[in-house]
Amino acid sequence: MTAFAPSPSESALRRLSDLLIARPGLLLMLLLTPPLLWLGVVYLGALFALLAQSFFSIDEFSGTIVYQPTLATYAELLAPANLDIIVRTLVVALVVTALAALVAFPIAYYAARYARGKVKALFYVAVMMPLWSSYLVKVYAWKLLLAKEGAVTWLVHAAGLTRLLDLWLAAPLIGGPSLSVSYTGMVLTFLYLWTPFMILPLQASLERVPATLIEASDDLGAAPGQTFRHVILPLAAPGLIAGSIFTFSLTLGDYIVPQIVGPSSLILGQAVYAQQGNAGNVPLAAAFCVAPIAIMVVFLALARRTGALDAL
Amino acid sequence: MDPSPAAASAVRFRGVSRAFGAVKAVDGVDLDVAAGEFFAMLGPSGSGKTTCLRLIAGFDQPTAGHIEIFGEAVEGAPAYRRPVNTVFQDYALFPHMSVLDNVCYGLMIRGVGKAERRKTGAEALKLVKLVGMEGRKPGELSGGQRQRVALARALVMRPKVLLLDEPLGALDLKLREAMQGELKSLQHALGVTFVFVTHDQGEALSMADRVAVFNHGRIEQVGTPKDIYERPRTRFVADFVGGSNVIEPALVRRWTGLDRPASLRPEKIVLLADGAAAPEGALGIEGRVDEVLFHGAVYRVELTASEAGRLVVSVPASTGEPPSEGAPVRAAFARDALHLMEAE
Repeated sequence: MTAFAPSPSESALRRLSDLLIARPGLLLMLLLTPPLLWLGVVYLGALFALLAQSFFSIDEFSGTIVYQPTLATYAELLAPANLDIIVRTLVVALVVTALAALVAFPIAYYAARYARGKVKALFYVAVMMPLWSSYLVKVYAWKLLLAKEGAVTWLVHAAGLTRLLDLWLAAPLIGGPSLSVSYTGMVLTFLYLWTPFMILPLQASLERVPATLIEASDDLGAAPGQTFRHVILPLAAPGLIAGSIFTFSLTLGDYIVPQIVGPSSLILGQAVYAQQGNAGNVPLAAAFCVAPIAIMVVFLALARRTGALDAL
Repeated sequence: MDPSPAAASAVRFRGVSRAFGAVKAVDGVDLDVAAGEFFAMLGPSGSGKTTCLRLIAGFDQPTAGHIEIFGEAVEGAPAYRRPVNTVFQDYALFPHMSVLDNVCYGLMIRGVGKAERRKTGAEALKLVKLVGMEGRKPGELSGGQRQRVALARALVMRPKVLLLDEPLGALDLKLREAMQGELKSLQHALGVTFVFVTHDQGEALSMADRVAVFNHGRIEQVGTPKDIYERPRTRFVADFVGGSNVIEPALVRRWTGLDRPASLRPEKIVLLADGAAAPEGALGIEGRVDEVLFHGAVYRVELTASEAGRLVVSVPASTGEPPSEGAPVRAAFARDALHLMEAE
């Protein structure tokens, strides 16, 4: 009897752990199989099943799905009315992403380079706290804030800028009867909802930029603006890209906000919702789902060409 | 103020202090670095030497005092407007740029055309022996190579003063010794003023024309390496630069009549064999061997001397076996080996 032999009571467990330590491949397989099954079968499988639907069409008269492979649904997707929806959504998502980057950058920069100790903890709480409350409550709160009799209008009035707001609302596209039924309102609501998803990755990437790099640039004659352009921005690009993926795709897929805030014309998520729900046109809904995927692929390819993904 | 720039110091500090809250990192420093010299700022960590370097570079501003670079006051001027460049301790190479782009960065900022700056950059890389590495990223280089890139990047700017912040600290011993020689000859060839921060006294003594020894935010002594080594002014300098023995004033008074501490270099003490008489006029001291360490060329023998306390003696290994630990010994040294320091 040696000291290395397991006692009878724990022998089964110990033999198992000995086996797993001796054969790391087996351990890896046991660990990865359940999540890979989930990802591969349930998640990707469902997605492909959905996308496959887009290659079927709907019978105009009976409203039933014709299970014949066809590109007719895609032709329908590119009809002016539907293309409008895609372009409109794309523009809203791009504007939201650009504004989120503008709003998030100074906050993330401050948090990464200056905030320490308690201030930093406060920063995390402030960024995360909106994520703890209900999404619907926040959207309805914005509807009320932006309404004609809401707090924003009142504040603008108090600041004596009512004329400016009226001018803004009178403008085509971005304007409307009130902020809450304009694209401006919709973008503001999206911006509020998604900015934390831009701040956090941006802050993480800025945190990894050593302070001496900024000093080195300074030392080599670069004014602050030049240092920002040549050193800080390229090094923050991975965070900026990651944040953009969040804000961009979240906006592309959302169908609640545009129902509550903004004008009555549909955007992508709503179109999918309407097509597969009331209209019962699952093939067209599926084809609409392909649009954001295709847009994201183009977006990532562009991001990759800038070299920003190399650092991920 | 001296109107002629040729006669002005490369760097001049007058009463310069830098306080961080209640802590004075630099405390009333006066300093003159001559144009074209290799100047070392030596001291333990936290002695204020790096803060002084940052004050010259412009990364930090003094809370009191006056700084000039070649006769021009630089208070308030940001780093990017100063005619000095820095080689950083961690090299601070831009990870997203190639070696050549790193070296050309300052020239690009200055608005030098692409063809010309590439030519200048390639020359600088040749100077630091990095030809063929132009297209690599800093992440693909060894520590020694990165150091050379950092050096080339600072030198292409033709700085009036080159600041080096412990540039050899991260290199291994052999590379460090090779770089010491190269830096020295580079400085000689270019004639640029080098201000070099280090905590390694060997490095400071072997490379610098003059050394300033820092302690607690003040300069304890400025002088040539030989000066500092042989004629330390204070107890701190004697101990920090080359680990000299400090003889307490009480004992010094008995020998010389002066109430001052004295330094006594370990290599100036001889251990006497049993029964051997001390040389004529030599001072003798009795003690017991605590520890014997072999250092290659010499043995380092630590004694507890009855009167002088702890005493380190350096015994050439060529003179045979050192005394064994615990043995009683007699040590002797010439009277003029005793260097009197400032009264405390």
